[in-house]
Amino acid sequence: MIISTIAFYLFAAMTIASAFMVISAKNPVHSVLYLILAFFNSAALFVLLGAEFIAMILVVVYVGAVAVLFLFVVMMLDINFAELRQGFLQYLPIGGLIGLILLIELILVVSGWALSPEAIQVGSQVAPVMTDLTNTEQIGQVIYTEYAYLFQIAGMILLVAMIGAIVLTNRSRPGVRKQNIARQVYRRPEESMAVRKVEPGQGV
Amino acid sequence: MEIGLAHYLTVSAILLTLGIFGIFLNRKNVIVILMSIELMLLAVNINLVAFSAYLGNLVGQVFALFILTVAAGEAAIGLAILVVYFRNRGTIAVEDIHHMKG
Repeated sequence: MIISTIAFYLFAAMTIASAFMVISAKNPVHSVLYLILAFFNSAALFVLLGAEFIAMILVVVYVGAVAVLFLFVVMMLDINFAELRQGFLQYLPIGGLIGLILLIELILVVSGWALSPEAIQVGSQVAPVMTDLTNTEQIGQVIYTEYAYLFQIAGMILLVAMIGAIVLTNRSRPGVRKQNIARQVYRRPEESMAVRKVEPGQGV
Repeated sequence: MEIGLAHYLTVSAILLTLGIFGIFLNRKNVIVILMSIELMLLAVNINLVAFSAYLGNLVGQVFALFILTVAAGEAAIGLAILVVYFRNRGTIAVEDIHHMKG
């Protein structure tokens, strides 16, 4: 029990510290790398909570796809980031004030809030957790039956995002030679070949 | 000391606050604003999974999965818009984006 307590404080502190570095790092590449660290540490927090599947999906999706996408875009765009950082301190007081107020409100909500004993029973009535199955199997049993439509909609969202990203970034450049299959199919021998009678001793 | 639900909710609250703070702090840099939004979505996920674990109910984890999906799509579309904007204008400064008079 003491080990899990130490692990929780370690991972939580690392998550918060790297989240702070994400918003305060000078170089956006460092921001992305700290974002990856924050994702890894919160995946460890999910493992501590017993949600192994979400933890692994977090590593695969966030670190493997989203953060690498961010890294790619940051490195691909030729931006003067020092120019973008001007006025950083100008927004510090108002941002800090709003953040502090929000944090105090949230902490008050968390500390002044108690779980009613009936809520636990109500929650477990909806979807009983079968302890003899792993977390992944339990999620699989729920997601393909009760939440099948939502699962399909999630797939549609990913498809729309993929098509949208391709359509947005695809550009047709002039002067690029491409294969036109219809033109190739409709080519006639008369328009592609010419029979010449060449006299001996003379050129074409 | 036993780690309870409130500990996870506190971590999540701090993470959400850092995300909002990051939007105010990096008002000129769209990439960092997008990263702050990712941090806020991560805080929401921690909240959902913590409630799911402590209530013994899997629905929270299922919804965390869907939030993950939406976050991935949002990052892809947002960065695609950013790339197209940079290709057309040569800059991504937020304060210069006022062509639609918004």
